[in-house]
Amino acid sequence: MIYTDKVIEHFKKPHNQGVIENASAVGEVGNPSCGDVMKIYLKIENSAIKDVKFETLGCAAAIAVSSALTDMVKGKTIEEALKITRQEVVNDLGGLPEPKIHCSMLGVEALHLAIKNYNEKK
Amino acid sequence: MENIYLDHSATTPTDEKVLKEMLPYFSLKFGNYSSLHSFGREAYFAVEKARDRISNFLNCKNEEVIFTSGSTESNNLALRGLIAGFKNKQKCFHIITTKIEHDAILETCRDLEKSGVEVTYLPVRKNGTVDVKDVAAAIKENTVLVSVMYVNNEVGSINDIEKIGKLLKKQNHKIYFHTDATQAINFLGCSVEKLNLDLASISGHKIYGPKGVGALYIRKGTPIKVMQTGGHQERGIRSGTINVSAIVGFGKAIEIAAKDREKNNKKIGKIRDYFVKKILDKIPNVILNTDIDVSVCSHANFCFVGAEGESILLALDIEGIAVSTGSACASGSLEPSHVLLAMGVEKEIAHSSIRFTFGKHNTKEQADRVLSILPSVIEKLRKYNPVYNKK
Repeated sequence: MIYTDKVIEHFKKPHNQGVIENASAVGEVGNPSCGDVMKIYLKIENSAIKDVKFETLGCAAAIAVSSALTDMVKGKTIEEALKITRQEVVNDLGGLPEPKIHCSMLGVEALHLAIKNYNEKK
Repeated sequence: MENIYLDHSATTPTDEKVLKEMLPYFSLKFGNYSSLHSFGREAYFAVEKARDRISNFLNCKNEEVIFTSGSTESNNLALRGLIAGFKNKQKCFHIITTKIEHDAILETCRDLEKSGVEVTYLPVRKNGTVDVKDVAAAIKENTVLVSVMYVNNEVGSINDIEKIGKLLKKQNHKIYFHTDATQAINFLGCSVEKLNLDLASISGHKIYGPKGVGALYIRKGTPIKVMQTGGHQERGIRSGTINVSAIVGFGKAIEIAAKDREKNNKKIGKIRDYFVKKILDKIPNVILNTDIDVSVCSHANFCFVGAEGESILLALDIEGIAVSTGSACASGSLEPSHVLLAMGVEKEIAHSSIRFTFGKHNTKEQADRVLSILPSVIEKLRKYNPVYNKK
């Protein structure tokens, strides 16, 4: 199982790692007994994602997915963010080893859950 | 930056003295062991010298050692060969093994189950060892084989093979006894007489020998059916051209392992014990999975609660430090280490396991460098974790 350089770069220095106090919405997916949990914080103004942060428990792939996905989301409208696919995240990382594909799923799920929570709160 | 290798349970570097003995057997003394001419004879005597060294180590007869490609093949040959070797095919045979065996045993047992063999997978105690009483309680009229690993590869726990051997010898019907001694022979003696073994699997590359070579000890009279047919090598039990250079290396490696055992155990154990003490001092919320009192001197297996194992492994790798993990993420499966789970470690915790295995070339300075890096790695990963120590 070999990671791309891009995955390793994100893992070494993840972008957008941290917490947003008073976030507009939060989405958390995964389960510690499965070894991975992903939590995405969104700051939304006028339907645009102004800021995004993540916290992730998991392997290098899970951390790299969180980092790359939050980069992709930042500055987009909610509608645009919802269109981001699992495959786009994988492509952005230059690919993921086959057993790690579910990590990319987890990222998109966390984002969708955060947006769903936001829409319900409105 | 110097790379630090702390994964000796995965494999070891080939000892220079071993390599030196092997080298002539590639291009210079390249003969086929089975050829009658002088080239063949040269290879024959080299292989038989290696077989002598191995039988000396195992305290068995020369002809009871069968060379294989490694422990996986030895384990397969032992289990499948024995079951196939019984004449009464109508009977439902019963095997007793443990939950902490290597996959080479577990997967083979699961496969044998599909063909009607009954298998009992014994639990282990919290310290990673099998209770001999559990072995005794599992014995049935149709039990034909007990296979218990000598030393566990993940945590280093030592099973009381001698006691199990004595128990099996006392039974009314013959129960064959196999041990996977792959991880043991670097650190412990393995006299098949003392341990009452009928079958034992060993491997070259875990003892500073080459990869791709191993052996199976088969006590005379044990009904092993041939699994690989061909040119009748290894008394017909294991056909295939004899891997002369690797076998020569294996023989030298086992000789060195026995000769230097005491010295190496002392040296490695001292560094390991120091390392364990410092880790427990320096890093909060760490669980030591290796019970030092019942384990070989090389292993230090920890759970760093709140940090995922594969991430720890990679973060250390970036610093040039090589270790391994029992996390599911690293294995490509969904389950973390079956060994830790069998020892009663919770899944959530088992994902955070890291195995350090020290070897004869490691130094205290190397341990110190790991100790200077690891606490910040764990702290960083715990900070990323949304569910660790968060409000």
